[in-house]
Amino acid sequence: MTTAGTPLARQVSLPAATAPAQEAPAPVAGRKPAIYWAGQAVRWVLLALLALAFLYPFAWLLSASLKPRGEVFDNRLIPETFTPQNYVEVFNQLPLLAWIGNSVLIAVLSATLVTFSSSMIAFGFAYFRFPGRSFLFGLLLASMMLPGAVTLVPNYLIWKYLGFLGTNVPLWGATLFGSAFYIFLMRQFYLSLPRELFEAARIDGCTSFGMFRRIAFPLALPSAIIVFIFEFQASWNNFAAPLIYLNFGTPEQYTVPLGINYAMQQFSPTAGGQGDYQYVMVASLLVTLPMLALFAMGQRHFVEGIASAGLKG
Amino acid sequence: MTGPELSPAQDPGAGQAQPKRRRRFATGEALAGYAFISPWLVGFLLFTVVSMGYSLVLSFTDYDLSTNTAEPVGLKNYQLIVEDPKVLTALGNTFFYAALAVPLEIAVALGLALMLNGVRRGSGFFRTVFYLPKMTPTVATAAVFLLLLNGNTGAINQFLGFFGIEGPQWLVDPAWVKPSIVLMTIWTVAGSMVILLAALQNVPRELYEAASVDGASKVRQFFSITVPLISSTLFFVVIVNTIAALQVFDQAYLLFYRDANSNAPDAALFYGVYLYQAAFQQFNFGLAAAMAWLLFAIIIVITFIQMRVGDRLVYYEGGKQ
Repeated sequence: MTTAGTPLARQVSLPAATAPAQEAPAPVAGRKPAIYWAGQAVRWVLLALLALAFLYPFAWLLSASLKPRGEVFDNRLIPETFTPQNYVEVFNQLPLLAWIGNSVLIAVLSATLVTFSSSMIAFGFAYFRFPGRSFLFGLLLASMMLPGAVTLVPNYLIWKYLGFLGTNVPLWGATLFGSAFYIFLMRQFYLSLPRELFEAARIDGCTSFGMFRRIAFPLALPSAIIVFIFEFQASWNNFAAPLIYLNFGTPEQYTVPLGINYAMQQFSPTAGGQGDYQYVMVASLLVTLPMLALFAMGQRHFVEGIASAGLKG
Repeated sequence: MTGPELSPAQDPGAGQAQPKRRRRFATGEALAGYAFISPWLVGFLLFTVVSMGYSLVLSFTDYDLSTNTAEPVGLKNYQLIVEDPKVLTALGNTFFYAALAVPLEIAVALGLALMLNGVRRGSGFFRTVFYLPKMTPTVATAAVFLLLLNGNTGAINQFLGFFGIEGPQWLVDPAWVKPSIVLMTIWTVAGSMVILLAALQNVPRELYEAASVDGASKVRQFFSITVPLISSTLFFVVIVNTIAALQVFDQAYLLFYRDANSNAPDAALFYGVYLYQAAFQQFNFGLAAAMAWLLFAIIIVITFIQMRVGDRLVYYEGGKQ
């Protein structure tokens, strides 16, 4: 800590004492614009090239979704045979509408439930003082470190005992109990609210739940939105859980990600398919678009949420 | 304003009554607190505490899914792990992948973050572009990369061909299996990038100004100012990415195990995939539980080592522990 700090301080301050202050600004001021803009230009060119590389798979996906069967693999960015009817035909080839319905239902349920449960639990941890509070919160933080594999099989059996196997309940049911990371995130916000706010409400006869519903939650809405869109994305993109819980049902029960995986198997020549990967591409594009729209709407929330998790964590 | 005024006025008079009042107040408050956190408590008890205990018990049994009975078999499952050469292969693959993926992810994320931090204009636009892959469902990413990485017709080898490089058989050649997954993971590196960018933006500009007035080179500034001041964030990103890499499943499954009719190369057998197969294809729940505990132990050991090393390397501002 201090040992690391001292060399830094020395390195910055020592030359400052030796270099005459009058000499430094003149050349810097005269030289800076040219070098500065050259440096900026180099960065822009590099960033632009990297941006093209990052965008290429999206462009490839869009064009592949508009190609007929034989041309999907030809890597042309402009399809030789423009085939927009893929976007209609895909609904005949695959139960895509059912998949989208399942995905929407599960994502909306998960995001809504986890937002309310986590907000409430976080308020409990942030505002009320009770024996064992910091111990329990420590357990909550520790539970984030637990690899999912440890509870994978028992949780499967618990859902089985509860009679929910073969339904989509295991994919959203646990959100009723909040989620450690979101509770942590929301608690950080509640801790920034002044206590007097709640004392005043209490004197006015406000109940504990009223304080949460009327004061805390409305004020925490920006944080709640972060939780909602994070969970919506996590649920929408989730592949492993539907693979475990829905794989044995009929294809109509699948979510879009599991459905796309199923479609790739169906169309694969090794499974007797004809290689109709253009439909896989259409479905892949359609499952991606809502996420890109979500990001366009909530970009600030995503970036803030992730950055704050990193800085506080 | 009124709060601080009121309490001192009450305090002297209620000197004796205070402890009693406090306890009574605390009882109601404590009950309310427990009520608020009760959903988490229930979920935690059921899906973490009970589940972990159950998992531990399962690891010493043979579970029969058709009759829902568990027969104790002692250490058999752990013995199976030690004796099964595939477990060793899977562990080796997973470590190799983590050792390859984590440094590359950090390097790319830091490189992008540094460039974004260095441009005055347009950084918001580029940040958005780099973040889009992170929003994309892994299934869609895998569907595209399966075709991009195709050794014969894929766009990546076609691109390499422009420079006279004959690209490898990414998805078939055992030596290129892990780089394939790394490449796909790096495309979605923006999560780490955003965290590092936030840390970079927290570094006071005056430090760089002072250093450049003093004639410190950019490289010197990077190692003497940037690295120490973002080291705690860098450390966090390393730990999170390592834990994620050791548990890699989605990418490996989607690239190599999606098709039940074709055999994946042994080089693509990751621990997470093998554990999934043991649990939900062979329904050997006891073995899967034992494998999960081994993974947990490995993650704890590796994280502990990283913490110890990190304690020496990380510079905490204001000497926070």
